Amino acid sequence: MEQSWIDAIFGGVIIGLAAGLLLMTYGRVLGISGISGRIIEFKRGETAWRVMFICGVMAGGFLSFKIWPDHFATLKGGSLNLIRVSIAGVIVGFGTRMGGGCTSGHGVCGIGRLSPRSIIATMIFIISGAITVAVIGR
Amino acid sequence: MQFGIISFLIGMLFSLGLGLSGMTDPQRVLGFLDFFGRWDPSLIFVMASAIPVYFLFWQSIRGKRRALWDPKLHVPTRRDIDKNLLVGSTIFGIGWGLVGICPGPGFAGVGAMSLTALVFIVCYFLGAYLEGLLGGN
Repeated sequence: MEQSWIDAIFGGVIIGLAAGLLLMTYGRVLGISGISGRIIEFKRGETAWRVMFICGVMAGGFLSFKIWPDHFATLKGGSLNLIRVSIAGVIVGFGTRMGGGCTSGHGVCGIGRLSPRSIIATMIFIISGAITVAVIGR
Repeated sequence: MQFGIISFLIGMLFSLGLGLSGMTDPQRVLGFLDFFGRWDPSLIFVMASAIPVYFLFWQSIRGKRRALWDPKLHVPTRRDIDKNLLVGSTIFGIGWGLVGICPGPGFAGVGAMSLTALVFIVCYFLGAYLEGLLGGN
């Protein structure tokens, strides 16, 4: 089996475990767009953990880069066009808020709960992503 | 205080999963989305392993109707398929397919001190803010 497949499987188990632990301990959905986007709601008792969570994701990104530098080669290499990255960022921010979730919230947690909304959402963003790649190219 | 520390640690664990899985490499993500070209299926295994693990947690917790350190489960209960879900997810997919970065790997990339990820995340917040203005929610 190829190394990239093994990495994907173990990485996925860790992702599922982290999401499961957040559900088990504090009953929250591990959705990055939901957690990050709702920081600015400043809802009492809901802000600090969201900020800490996103800080944890960034700290984990730093550690991951130290452990698996080749998995960050594209992001660190600067080969991506920053104008295209900016446009994509705006579109992703808009779409995930409107659609109520992204790859983690809908794709892992929602499907893991067999939520019909999340199953539909995930199918749609994978298909629309595939069409975008087919039309615009990598 | 305890919630903050646990959140930080879980966020870090999640991000290590992203880093190991390959989700932090936009080229791999675009390869996964390239159904009609040179398709790289490897990232399917990320979802295929994450979902069953989460499903087991959900099955063991849902009946209790509470979390370990919280008296309730803050889990969405809506089941209707509305326009915002369909249109929003379509829009998200377009942005995802444009560069291969979704929010989680974006934040992980900021932690890895990637300028590309930082630009993405700043614009991501701008996009979410715009949706709040136009969508009125």
